[in-house]
Amino acid sequence: MTRPTTKERIKLPRLDMPAREPELRAHDFDEVNLGFDPRVAAGEALRCLECANPACVKGCPVGVKVREFVQLIYDGEFVQAAAKIREDNVLPAVTGRVCPQEDQCEGACLLGKRGAPLAIGHLERFVADYERQAGAIGLPPIAEPTGKKVAIVGSGPAGLSAAGELIQRGHRVRVLEALHEIGGVLVYGIPEFRLPKAIVRQEVDNLRLMGVELETDVVVGKTVTIDELFEEEGFDAVFIATGAGLPRFLGVPGEHLNGVCSANEFLTRVNLMKAWRFPEYDEPVYDCRGKTVAVIGGGNTALDSIRTALRLGAKEAMLIYRRSDAEMPARAEEVHHAKEEGIHFHTLANPVEFLGDANGQLTGVRCVRMELGEPAADGRRQSNPIPGSEFEMPLDVAIVAVGTSANPIVQSSTPGLATTRKGYIEANPDTLRTSKKGVFAGGDIVTGAATVILAMGAGRKAARSVDEYLRSGEW
Amino acid sequence: MFPIFEARFLAPDVKLFRIEAPRVARKRLAGQFVIVRIHEEGERIPLTIADSSAADGTVTLIVQGVGKTTKRMNRLEAGDALLDLVGPLGKPTEVERFGTVAVVGGGVGTAIAYPSAVALQQAGNRVISIVGARTSDLLILEDEMKAVSDLLIVTTDDGTRGFHGFVTQALAERIAAEPIDRVYAIGPVPMMKAVADVTRPLGIRTIVSLNPIMVDGTGMCGGCRVLVGGTSKFACVDGPEFDAHEVDFRVLQQRNAAYRKEEKESLDVFLRAGLCAEIQS
Repeated sequence: MTRPTTKERIKLPRLDMPAREPELRAHDFDEVNLGFDPRVAAGEALRCLECANPACVKGCPVGVKVREFVQLIYDGEFVQAAAKIREDNVLPAVTGRVCPQEDQCEGACLLGKRGAPLAIGHLERFVADYERQAGAIGLPPIAEPTGKKVAIVGSGPAGLSAAGELIQRGHRVRVLEALHEIGGVLVYGIPEFRLPKAIVRQEVDNLRLMGVELETDVVVGKTVTIDELFEEEGFDAVFIATGAGLPRFLGVPGEHLNGVCSANEFLTRVNLMKAWRFPEYDEPVYDCRGKTVAVIGGGNTALDSIRTALRLGAKEAMLIYRRSDAEMPARAEEVHHAKEEGIHFHTLANPVEFLGDANGQLTGVRCVRMELGEPAADGRRQSNPIPGSEFEMPLDVAIVAVGTSANPIVQSSTPGLATTRKGYIEANPDTLRTSKKGVFAGGDIVTGAATVILAMGAGRKAARSVDEYLRSGEW
Repeated sequence: MFPIFEARFLAPDVKLFRIEAPRVARKRLAGQFVIVRIHEEGERIPLTIADSSAADGTVTLIVQGVGKTTKRMNRLEAGDALLDLVGPLGKPTEVERFGTVAVVGGGVGTAIAYPSAVALQQAGNRVISIVGARTSDLLILEDEMKAVSDLLIVTTDDGTRGFHGFVTQALAERIAAEPIDRVYAIGPVPMMKAVADVTRPLGIRTIVSLNPIMVDGTGMCGGCRVLVGGTSKFACVDGPEFDAHEVDFRVLQQRNAAYRKEEKESLDVFLRAGLCAEIQS
């Protein structure tokens, strides 16, 4: 079959990702998106314009060779396509699901100038799922052992991505995780319906097969310090990838009422501790059944929280965000899915007080309406309260998802490790070297809360830099 | 897995465990805690480390069976193991030579007070320990506390042993008898509040160890937030010890009841299942 001309390809419609019906999926934790089948994937791959100088690759924080892997899909070489992605991204099944593609590869796709961009995220997800279902995972070759040992602090996307890269370069790699499960935000934060935990486990198992050692229940800075990792446990380099830290609260009255919690707590209880299966699992979560639940915030964590509350049986689920839809940092697909599922969006509103009864139980929220002002330093328009516009809404559960601040445990226990004014670790943006010899840092603990793929990009960059240091010995 | 070396009851429903956890044993200081998870479907619960031995690599935990997890843990014996144990978490007790220090332990709170008493005594303080319980059967660590105290006062609410009354009454009497520079109070929330009320007007610096609801224990979830001096603190990373005169005990008590309904449901299911198993056997 001859491939259509560029002109013809531009006219082809983007093939939709099939999703479960909103009425059905809003009541369980099964995955929302169903995935492409090989025929649909090849059909979508056909649309690629095969640009000589592909903008999509530049749009990707880790530089996945999009054009090449899409070509392999078109050729029906699905496992090879996955291997091609893995050269730059060790967690394709994860990023295919959680990357904000509209801001990255797909945002840069030329097809998007006239119509809809190529569904790169969906194609990435397809090949990763295909290879898993086919049981034909192609693991990359491992270099000769170097005799060097690297400790990675934290098993989230930055840590795992660094581990995958370093093990391929022949180093011994040990990942130390504070929680009882490997995966960081991929297991405690992102819910099952968006990223099934079986997929994370599979990716982690792949790393284990490649020789990565994974240890849970170790809080570096408490159980063992960075200095002890060097002096007593014989590591030659340490990569700190502890992720985003302490949840921020709003600092408004009533935040200590029962019924108010951070998104981190809510999601950790449900995802990591499986509170959605209470009482089969011991960990409880605020009872959402028949209740009115609100999340405060407009990021992916906010969307994950409120859609989780809906699945836990909330009668009414709403999102309260101080800016408008346009400034919302969440992935476009999640906003779309959330609206389909019946989540109410109260934008340009901000809580000023949580209201409670005599027993300390949340009963409502008082909000103020907001208006957009000038763009701030980060380019997003600021929001300002409109005086006299306060209003109240009844509420049973409030989930606060307004970001995080740096977790201090590693920093405060590591002499000689420089931090920023806000407590994040200082690292050279090119080498990710910190102020302390042999110690590298990357991901959210350096940048503040960002995305899975940016953390993975940092992990990869760190791995190359660690490798360079271990080979040269020069700091 | 974290093997249990020794397990024995100290009082009805109160059990001591010596658990193999060499890294934790080596690092822990008085006042710090661990988070444990005892089985695959289990929750994570914080338990203060009562003692440790770097030599044999064990930590000692003393557990009162109150809810499902603690009751289930108390059925474990030597030779069993905990699925997860992580720590040592939280800031250690501030230990200096203060002068005369009163260490007050209520109920199983004595297990938490004990390591602080040890550390304070080693730092050269005159340690007055006041150990109370509802009734004599529930008193724990009396001998251990005696060994590290210059003076030990035992109280029971029902008068079955020692001073007939509350620890607060014994403390007030002691304060009247000699100058006290610092007070450590660990026990049920109402007891710690009562101690704070005794020492506040006298301006005696008083430290309490708080045990709010916690999930990860590393600052990540914020579930353990407590109001201290009008600002929000995370007990797991900022505490667990705080200035008693600044703690909002009413909010603490309310927040500790957040999951009362679920805790009861969980316990009922567990006890019913246990009963069924007994009937079947």
